Amino acid sequence: MGDSFILLVEDNPDDEALTVRALKKNKIVNEVVVARDGVQALDYLFGEGAYAGRDTKEMPQVVLLDLKLPKLDGLGVLRRLRADDRTRLLPVVILTSSNEEQDRINGYGLGANSYVRKPVDFDQFVAAAAQLGLYWLVLNEPPPGRA
Amino acid sequence: MARTQDSTITKKLTRMNMLVSGAALLMACATFVTYDLFTFREAIVRNLSIQARVAGSNSVTALVFNDSHAAENTLSALKAAPNIVSAGIYSLDGQIFAAYRRDPNTQLPPFVSADQAETHLFKDGNVIVTNSIVFQGKPTGIVYIRSDLRTLNAQLRRYAIIAAVVLAASLWTALLLSSVFRRSITEPIVHLAEVARVVSRDKNYTVRATRPTGRDELSTLIESFNEMLVQIQERDGALQNARDQLEQRVDERTFQLAAANKELESFSYSVSHDLRAPLRSIDGFSQALLEDCTALLNDDGRAHLHRIRTATQRMGVMIDDFLNLARMTRAEIHIARVNVSSLARLITCELQNVEPQRQAEFRIEEGLETSADPRLLRLALENLLGNAWKFTSKRALSKIEFGTIHVNGTMAYFVRDNGAGFDPAYSDKLFGTFQRLHAATEFPGTGVGLATVQRIISRHGGRVWAEGAVEKGATFYFTL
Repeated sequence: MGDSFILLVEDNPDDEALTVRALKKNKIVNEVVVARDGVQALDYLFGEGAYAGRDTKEMPQVVLLDLKLPKLDGLGVLRRLRADDRTRLLPVVILTSSNEEQDRINGYGLGANSYVRKPVDFDQFVAAAAQLGLYWLVLNEPPPGRA
Repeated sequence: MARTQDSTITKKLTRMNMLVSGAALLMACATFVTYDLFTFREAIVRNLSIQARVAGSNSVTALVFNDSHAAENTLSALKAAPNIVSAGIYSLDGQIFAAYRRDPNTQLPPFVSADQAETHLFKDGNVIVTNSIVFQGKPTGIVYIRSDLRTLNAQLRRYAIIAAVVLAASLWTALLLSSVFRRSITEPIVHLAEVARVVSRDKNYTVRATRPTGRDELSTLIESFNEMLVQIQERDGALQNARDQLEQRVDERTFQLAAANKELESFSYSVSHDLRAPLRSIDGFSQALLEDCTALLNDDGRAHLHRIRTATQRMGVMIDDFLNLARMTRAEIHIARVNVSSLARLITCELQNVEPQRQAEFRIEEGLETSADPRLLRLALENLLGNAWKFTSKRALSKIEFGTIHVNGTMAYFVRDNGAGFDPAYSDKLFGTFQRLHAATEFPGTGVGLATVQRIISRHGGRVWAEGAVEKGATFYFTL
């Protein structure tokens, strides 16, 4: 589990800090890579732009994807990930404030593996992070074809 | 405009004309003929009487001298009158004295009574006149003359022919005249009917009926008809205009409404997403502060941070409730059959499951079904039964009843509890958004539940109201 890491796509530094803190509180010590917007997330995953030359065989164990993002929003990122063979099966968990029905429909429609709403109550957030970490980093078997 | 030549009204008018003139002519002819016949009959009788008197006077000498031969000679002078069939002189005792017969086979009455004198009688197509013969003031004998009615019959035939000819000629003239006058009446009417037909068939209000020359009722009628058409045309135009404007306005409004809805949606989305993010930071970092810097804080500081967290979480719940309320107002309604009784039972079971230690008595009317949006109705019942559950939490035994009653002939559902109730003075505030009649410390809540219920019920076209008193329980009614 040492080499497995999480990609957190989150533009709000507060939320980023709280997510990292919640994961840590649950003893999830995997590396958390943060992308600040949709384009950066795609650049990272496909080894393009600022991340040119990154070994794209190394894929995160799970992508925690916010929906409201600068440049390219979460659903746009998801659409691109599912259209590309390299990331078609990559587990993506939508982690967002939105509880709009339409977002959930679109999220699942574009192939999200899970949809989690960020609770306001930090204790609940910590509990959610614990479950997410346990499930996606420990219980869930990743799709085959990864280095 | 095809004109119907043989329109019914033309036929009717002709028939009427013919009948009226025919009847009048017939009456006139009949009257004249009858009058003339009577006069003619009287003339015949008078003539015969004179002839009888003449024959009588000429026969007096013969009677006195009992010379029947001379009397018969006198009578034979009647040969000059071709209508006289027979004649006779009778003595005072009624015995025949002398006779005249045009045809030798003709019979004369063998006896004529003196009582029959001075009479005339129409009998078997003949007329018989009997007269007494008076000599020096004394009756001397009786004269009898029988005449046929050939002159009368000939006269009758003549009259009949004249009447027929006059009748035929008059009727023909009447027909000719009426066809001339009739046209002046029927033509405008037929034309009017045709125009009316065109108007009602083609909805063409631009056509006009041609007014006949002269000023009579028909011309007034057609003029009024044309005026009516003008008014209808104007109104039709105005109506069409209004309809067009209305459609345009509806389109505009629909567009505005769609824009407003879209704006509202993006607003809701922003509220949902952006307003919660800072709250999460406040709560999260308050907690972080409590955990990381607990040694630097005294009890007051920790209490303050707890208050901050409570308030933050409360605001988070309020935002969620508010969004749910907004979403529900927008949500489309999908009507289906709903078993309301089962739904109520399900909700009460869930409530009891959450707090199994509470003593509760649920009474739910069986067999209630209705047409409603199942999701929304469930939400409304969850709120109402949830309220009943919440506000009876301080009772040793919660009594919650769900059923129906009839209010002013309309069936209303009700949820009744034996809970904390409310002050009826504030009952109008019950359904307001974020309005609460109880302190949050006493009974938790954000004040959105009943506002939600009201929106759901009003979106179903129903009404919701409440009755209650402080500490005497509450009853919430709603119609669908």
